[in-house]
Amino acid sequence: MKYSPWSKESALVVLATLREEEGPVLMALQALQEEFGYVHSEAIGLVANYFNKSRADVHGVLTFYHDLRTTPPTNNHISICVAEACQAVGSRELEKEVKSKFGDEVHDGYCFGNCALGPCAMVNGAILGRATVEKIEKVRI
Amino acid sequence: MKIYVPCDSAAISVGADDVASALTLKVSGATIIRNGSRGALWLEPMIEVETAQGRVAYGPVSVDDIESLIAADFTNGGAHALSLGITDEIQWLASQDRITFKRVGVIDPLSIADYEAHGGLVGLRRAISLTSSAVIEEVTESGLRGRGGAGFPAGIKWKTVAGAVSDQKYICANADEGDSGTFADRMLIEGDPFTLIEGMTIAAVAVGATLGYVYLRSEYPYAIKTLQKAIDIAHAFGWLGSSVLGSKHAFELKIRVGAGSYVCGEETAMLESIEGKRGVVRAKPPLPALEGLFGKPTVINNVLTLSSVPAVLADGASAYKALGVARSLGTQVFQLAGNIKRGGIVEKAFGISVDEMVNGYGSGTLSGAPIRSVQIGGPLGAYFSTKQFDTSLDYESMLAAGGMLGHGGIVVFDESVDLAVQARFAMSFCALESCGKCTPCRIGSTRGVETIDLIIQGVKVDENKKLLLDLCEVMTDGSLCAMGGLTPMPVKSAMLNFPEDFAGEVSRR
Repeated sequence: MKYSPWSKESALVVLATLREEEGPVLMALQALQEEFGYVHSEAIGLVANYFNKSRADVHGVLTFYHDLRTTPPTNNHISICVAEACQAVGSRELEKEVKSKFGDEVHDGYCFGNCALGPCAMVNGAILGRATVEKIEKVRI
Repeated sequence: MKIYVPCDSAAISVGADDVASALTLKVSGATIIRNGSRGALWLEPMIEVETAQGRVAYGPVSVDDIESLIAADFTNGGAHALSLGITDEIQWLASQDRITFKRVGVIDPLSIADYEAHGGLVGLRRAISLTSSAVIEEVTESGLRGRGGAGFPAGIKWKTVAGAVSDQKYICANADEGDSGTFADRMLIEGDPFTLIEGMTIAAVAVGATLGYVYLRSEYPYAIKTLQKAIDIAHAFGWLGSSVLGSKHAFELKIRVGAGSYVCGEETAMLESIEGKRGVVRAKPPLPALEGLFGKPTVINNVLTLSSVPAVLADGASAYKALGVARSLGTQVFQLAGNIKRGGIVEKAFGISVDEMVNGYGSGTLSGAPIRSVQIGGPLGAYFSTKQFDTSLDYESMLAAGGMLGHGGIVVFDESVDLAVQARFAMSFCALESCGKCTPCRIGSTRGVETIDLIIQGVKVDENKKLLLDLCEVMTDGSLCAMGGLTPMPVKSAMLNFPEDFAGEVSRR
């Protein structure tokens, strides 16, 4: 996935698209992450000022949600579902194996709604059913 | 010549996109239609061709099968090892009671013409012609209860919102389907999004709301894309906007995407999240029906509840409540998941037994090993043993059996499962996902993990089991919402139904 380098100017362009939204803080952080790959530390003050919130409000939202990250992402983003339905078909073992191979690219996922064809993985936004290390390797960049 | 290849993400996860591209390339003159999935997920990718006898299905099809399918003249329904015969005659599908899911897998999800040809918009047009109270009366009369898990009567909730006086009211669809083992909301949105939009529009017309939000989880990127397209199409059609289908009603619809928080599936945490805040649960009262989103009266219903409404309005309350048992009327969209041979969507009238569902429709485990346990109703649902397989799947029977129906997900485990490990997972998941508002949930879940660890290690087993049950009681009674309040359910049911797994280290396999 290609992301733009962080800049306040382009961040303001992103925020301007959300001016009309009710309760925009979470949307704003999501939109900034989509643009830059992560939420830069300078974004907290920027979002707070733009939407007339306190920095504490914005920091609170940023740290509550698992999706939001404050450091640039790895080249590949691999999520292995480790919730019950996938556990029942060996996702714990798969996760161990994939983690030992691809390290910090690998994240725990909690359900992609593919619970009849588990174990399920999401690799760079593409969904994999009956996932194996080989299948994941094929989709990885 | 029409060939249907599902665009459902479960089908895509096992290669449907590749099959669709290969068919486009290799079969000249074919129109490839990307339909939703019929729900027989072990047959995915399941393709269908239109023939004079009806649609004929083949599956599971891989790219490597396409040459031999062409050689077998599959576009005319020719015989092939992967042939499943006429789709409507496949017993697994034909024996279901498809109401909410009747169009899923049948139509092109983004064609309003297709939607109307299969009974779409009949319910909304009727709702517009009726008074607000008549629409609510019809929904109440149908016996439709909240399919998200709480089972609260939909009509009563709507009546409260309709009776509230406010300059702004909202309709919120809860599509934060975070329970493992559930995927019906996703499949409906990917396979028949107009049904959800129609249900929300009917709710809006009934209670006088002009703005709706669908809170859709980020883990469902394919559903987000499909629903956004469907909303845009409905706008262009004159369905959404300042005049719903030419009526005096206005209704706008927006998607809010979640950010990976399980507790945001709880309705008040969801409201906080739509408002752009931390997903911290609110105390009730005030009821969201009176002071909901941005403090305004709000209808909050699950995707399946709202998507059952068009059928109730189109065919009448009496047709809907003719199905089901006692106070569980109509159908439940069950989801068979986990270690299951034939997993997928089974929409049936309430009252089918666990055994018929799991061993009948599901045909047992994928691994072939005997079933040891099923968890019903998501991560907060009970672990049942096979001794309880006669239990009827309806709201009251499940409660009586010490469990809950939840969102209708059934996760199957074979004999390799260790229920102490599953109980530990329930506590650790609660620790990870707790919003932090209530102490029993925030701290209790972590203490729960530690205590189960001691039991697993064989440390003071009896004392720690007693302590764990005590902790469960505090969490059940002392938490504001179902996250902390129901996490004890999988833990206690595992201890009760599988005591041998909690007997300490010596007894462990």
